[in-house]
Amino acid sequence: MLQLNVNGQRHEVAMETDTPLLWVLRDGLKLTGTKFGCGIAICGTCVVLVDGRPVRSCVTPVSAVIGKHITTIEGLSDDNSHAVQQAWIEEEVPQCGYCQSGQILTAAALLDSNPEPTEAEIEQAMSEVLCRCGTYPRIRIAVKKAARKAADKHKEA
Amino acid sequence: MKKVKLTRREFLITSTVTGGGLMIAFSLAGCEQDRGLQVQTEAGGELPPESDEGEFRPNAWLSINSDDTVTIRVGSSEMGQGTLTGIAMLIADELDADWSKVRAEHAPADEAFTNPIIGRQHTGGSTAIRGFWPIVRKAGAVGREMLMHAAALQWDVHPDVCHTENGAVIHEACDHHNLSYGELADAASQLPIPDSVFLKEPDEFVLIGKSIPRLDTPDKVNGKAVFGIDVDLPGMLTATVARCPVKDGKMIRFDAGKALALPGVKRVEAISAGVAVIADHYWAAKQGRDALDVEWDTAANASLDSAGIEAQFKAVVDSGLIERDDGDITESLGAAAKTLEAVYSVPYQAHVCMEPMNATADVRSDSCDVYAPTQGQTSTQNTAMRITGLPREKVRVHTTFLGGGFGRRSEQDFIADAVECSKIVGQPVKVVWSREDDIMHDQYRPSTYNLLRGGIDAKGNMLAWEHRIAGPSIMARVSGSEGDGHDWSSTEGAKNIPYAIANQRVTYAMSNTPVPVGFWRSVGSSQNAYVTECFFDELAKLAGRDPVEARLELMNEHPRHAGVVRLAAKKAGWGKKLPSGHARGIAVAESFASYVAMVAEVSIDNGDVRVHRMTCAIDCGMTVNPNSIRAQMEGAIVYGLTATLKGEITIAGGQIQQRNFDDYPLLRLEECPDIDVHIVDSEQAPGGVGEPGVPPTAPAVANAVFALTGKPVRRLPIQIA
Repeated sequence: MLQLNVNGQRHEVAMETDTPLLWVLRDGLKLTGTKFGCGIAICGTCVVLVDGRPVRSCVTPVSAVIGKHITTIEGLSDDNSHAVQQAWIEEEVPQCGYCQSGQILTAAALLDSNPEPTEAEIEQAMSEVLCRCGTYPRIRIAVKKAARKAADKHKEA
Repeated sequence: MKKVKLTRREFLITSTVTGGGLMIAFSLAGCEQDRGLQVQTEAGGELPPESDEGEFRPNAWLSINSDDTVTIRVGSSEMGQGTLTGIAMLIADELDADWSKVRAEHAPADEAFTNPIIGRQHTGGSTAIRGFWPIVRKAGAVGREMLMHAAALQWDVHPDVCHTENGAVIHEACDHHNLSYGELADAASQLPIPDSVFLKEPDEFVLIGKSIPRLDTPDKVNGKAVFGIDVDLPGMLTATVARCPVKDGKMIRFDAGKALALPGVKRVEAISAGVAVIADHYWAAKQGRDALDVEWDTAANASLDSAGIEAQFKAVVDSGLIERDDGDITESLGAAAKTLEAVYSVPYQAHVCMEPMNATADVRSDSCDVYAPTQGQTSTQNTAMRITGLPREKVRVHTTFLGGGFGRRSEQDFIADAVECSKIVGQPVKVVWSREDDIMHDQYRPSTYNLLRGGIDAKGNMLAWEHRIAGPSIMARVSGSEGDGHDWSSTEGAKNIPYAIANQRVTYAMSNTPVPVGFWRSVGSSQNAYVTECFFDELAKLAGRDPVEARLELMNEHPRHAGVVRLAAKKAGWGKKLPSGHARGIAVAESFASYVAMVAEVSIDNGDVRVHRMTCAIDCGMTVNPNSIRAQMEGAIVYGLTATLKGEITIAGGQIQQRNFDDYPLLRLEECPDIDVHIVDSEQAPGGVGEPGVPPTAPAVANAVFALTGKPVRRLPIQIA
């Protein structure tokens, strides 16, 4: 039995230790918000946060994340209230929506480590996740907006 | 609003009949001219379909619950284009629904949802809004009419004195009479369907024309949206399929021993597409497939390669069938002061939806359920019927969200995989393709070889235009027959160029190969607009004309083309100074009943084309949701730029050489230009929106590169020597 800490909860799952985290999340824990895109760590669709940092779950053996804090899209908020989700809704970023978990978690990780990213830093961080629908122009705007929202929340607190 | 409601009611004659609630008859005497459009209903006089207790379901499209919730079932597939929201807006507007109470969901496979342009339940060809526009508005209007009459009956007043607004019927004479649709649902469900209803005039629209937020956005930012790959059924197994890498190869034998020895692998079975490894979950199935030992017979196409295919096209390009023949092409080319000849070619393109192909089937002895991200519900039913032998009514299709479609999901290969596997094992099976499967086993956008000749007179007027196309036919592949050798999809965007050139000839030489071809976002226009719009710029340069002026001079008969060219040029600042090393290019194309012009601004950086800005003007007739239109233009530009700058499928040894995003790269965010979208105000019928942004993208960029370098771009993807 593998023991995992996902979205603040302990989970037990019976899968091989070399199984990629992606498939443990999706097929083992039924957390299907994390998506399969390429299987070779290029597209970024499968990004989850491990101890707050974006990780390609499709090439990360589950054995490498035991004892760590894993955050998936399902764990970002209970009610779409995370600044990035709010900005994504306001800018109507998603089209098909399939890559958006990877986009949103990548943006959340960026803003967590760098609350006031420059345009160049946004370009660099968000170029790690592919979108075939072409939501890039809206992602650019939404990340900046999320940064402002997060800053406002911080001030209020 | 009130006045209009009253005048509409002038034509309604109502009378109560025993036992049947309110019978509504309509008088058509005079007067349709200045009213909303009166339309006949199909089910006039019939009672509505059966519904749950307290629910009002006037037709297949909508139901209203006693809690005021309006559920709209949409027969088109949501693949990112916003159709769930768009169709729901059309219905909700005519219904006068409270938008905050509206939910939209995918409809089952049912004749009621037959796409009127395509003839089956199918999403493609940018047809959802323009095809369903009249039908679904009527569906909403019927609901509204019946709710209003239910209220009038309850109040014992004439319906003339009632009107509807924001999900309620209101008695105009006294404000306290106000019944919500939920409160009226049960009573309305007892009424017969009216013979005819009135549709709103454009100035009466409440939702249509506004940037209403998409209904599916909230669930697409938290992982709740269910895509095909997310389907989970009790007892479900997951499969992957080993396919022959060489086109049309056949399986000779396989050894399942090593695969079956792996934990989680349950079965290894031959199916039509190859060998399926069926396991407890995807990773076990993939490990099993990697361990599988399969021998393929690859003899048939082992020597097929890209160079051979291009040579095949070149060999037949002069023997095409005539698709357009105006004036006298031979004489005009002979009489021209200057002539130009050029060869343009485009490569095969893959679709690469971000969600790899997948489907789930649950085949029982007397039923089959298919859960799939499909663009074709009727085709999915047909596939399952063929494999299971079950009649149509026993095959249920459950459409999930589609993680991209672009034409790829109108195919049936992934559906067949799932149905065959479930039929064999007698359990629900989800088949999931890997990215490598997806890129190597696509039905590609056709590669074509194009020979163009043009001639101008001594004054620089375009006299002659000849376009010879050679390439494979999508229609021949999907129909299984080359037919009479014509194929509209190979010539769209070529035989309908908007320029008044007196002598024009377009020919098409069908030249099929073992590489399967399929519908790819904007289909023939995606390659033909590139070829024709770039060759036009070559001729304009030969004539010493500015590309915008040259287009406008020849577009007198095509005001909508001209309108978007003018708008895009103006918004882009055409003719204004640019930074050193930058240049602009323009292109225009009509496709799917919409008109799009684009101006690209580019530079060249270390041998790579950098697209700085795309200015887009679209005339898609009446707009349903402007923000969705902008999103589709942005998306089409990004999709088109991948094909312009990167995408190329090549073949060697009968195999597709590309495997994944490392060798079939997509445009990344840092490469995405600034995009401005401008929408033409129009009262024309709505045109398509999902595809029309793709065709002008490549030629706008290529023409900008031509302007910058002086060298025409005659092959995609663009490579700067």
